[in-house]
Amino acid sequence: MRDVLTLLLNGENRQFETPAHGLLSVLGLLAELGLDMRKVAVERNEEIVPRSRYAETWLASGDQLEIVHFIGGG
Amino acid sequence: MDQATKAEDIQSEDTWTVAGRTFRSRLIVGTGRYKDLEETGAAIAASGAEIVTVAVRRVNLSDPKAPMLQDYVDPKKYTYLPNTAGCFTANDAVRTLRLAREAGGWNLVKLEVLGPPPLLYPDMRGTFEAAEVLIKDGFEVMVYCADDPLAAKRLEEMGCVAIMPLGAPIGSGLGVQNPAMISMMMEHITVPFLVDAGVGTASDAAIAMELGCTAVLLNSAIAHAKHPILMARAMKHAIEAGRLAYLAGRMPRRMGADPSSPLTGLIR
Repeated sequence: MRDVLTLLLNGENRQFETPAHGLLSVLGLLAELGLDMRKVAVERNEEIVPRSRYAETWLASGDQLEIVHFIGGG
Repeated sequence: MDQATKAEDIQSEDTWTVAGRTFRSRLIVGTGRYKDLEETGAAIAASGAEIVTVAVRRVNLSDPKAPMLQDYVDPKKYTYLPNTAGCFTANDAVRTLRLAREAGGWNLVKLEVLGPPPLLYPDMRGTFEAAEVLIKDGFEVMVYCADDPLAAKRLEEMGCVAIMPLGAPIGSGLGVQNPAMISMMMEHITVPFLVDAGVGTASDAAIAMELGCTAVLLNSAIAHAKHPILMARAMKHAIEAGRLAYLAGRMPRRMGADPSSPLTGLIR
């Protein structure tokens, strides 16, 4: 049976099923969301997650994530 | 060398350098408040700017395939300068720029910590706090600040790579309201010195450059013009005109006439 993770994602509670092998990584989450990882940055519990570590950064229920990108600004 | 060639050379060799990067254009433009991304791209191209400011915001998770700024303003062609617009605390500004560095890989950033509306005046206490953390963390900080000579000098001594006081409140379009103070501040600053915020139309940008500013940063003056692409062109020319006038050295002001035509040899 798969676990369900509850993440606070960009200020909203969202639920995700963990993959068959058991754990959801930042890389897995971005794929699930359909985001191009080259154009975004991720903060987990107010700490930057370096892009090089997306595959090995495992998420836990209750994690607070911010996923941002560049937009027009002055 | 004839005099015309000499003038050409002065103009063609006129570049500026911030944090080891050299630029020809003295206009930095924001990428916000345009009708759409296509207009953003066209206006920025028309402005001739080589540096553009960008904001960092949450991705819209309900529309992950929405077009992105990078598709219209190529980060390989323009130097992206991430800003902290909308940050009202030092902590928010630092978090935002750490995310920006991860998203883009750039250390060169624009720091602004703002006070509440309606003035959005620079919060200098927050600005100092954030600048200290960011500089320690390896960022190269171009800093938006009040037109306060002591604060500006302190920010330079801390290691900020450019000092950028306001000419008037953000988005006000009131023009350079403080030309005397801008001139006096500039005397004591050795890093690049820019007017950031307040420019409303081309003559405002020219005035900032005539005062001797290294460059000008603006956004709304172009984005909120009736025809942004025309205004982008106007700004490009105004910056160049103001810079040339500064290099040329203006004539002294005098209280009275001084005729240009000789007063001798007149018919009687």
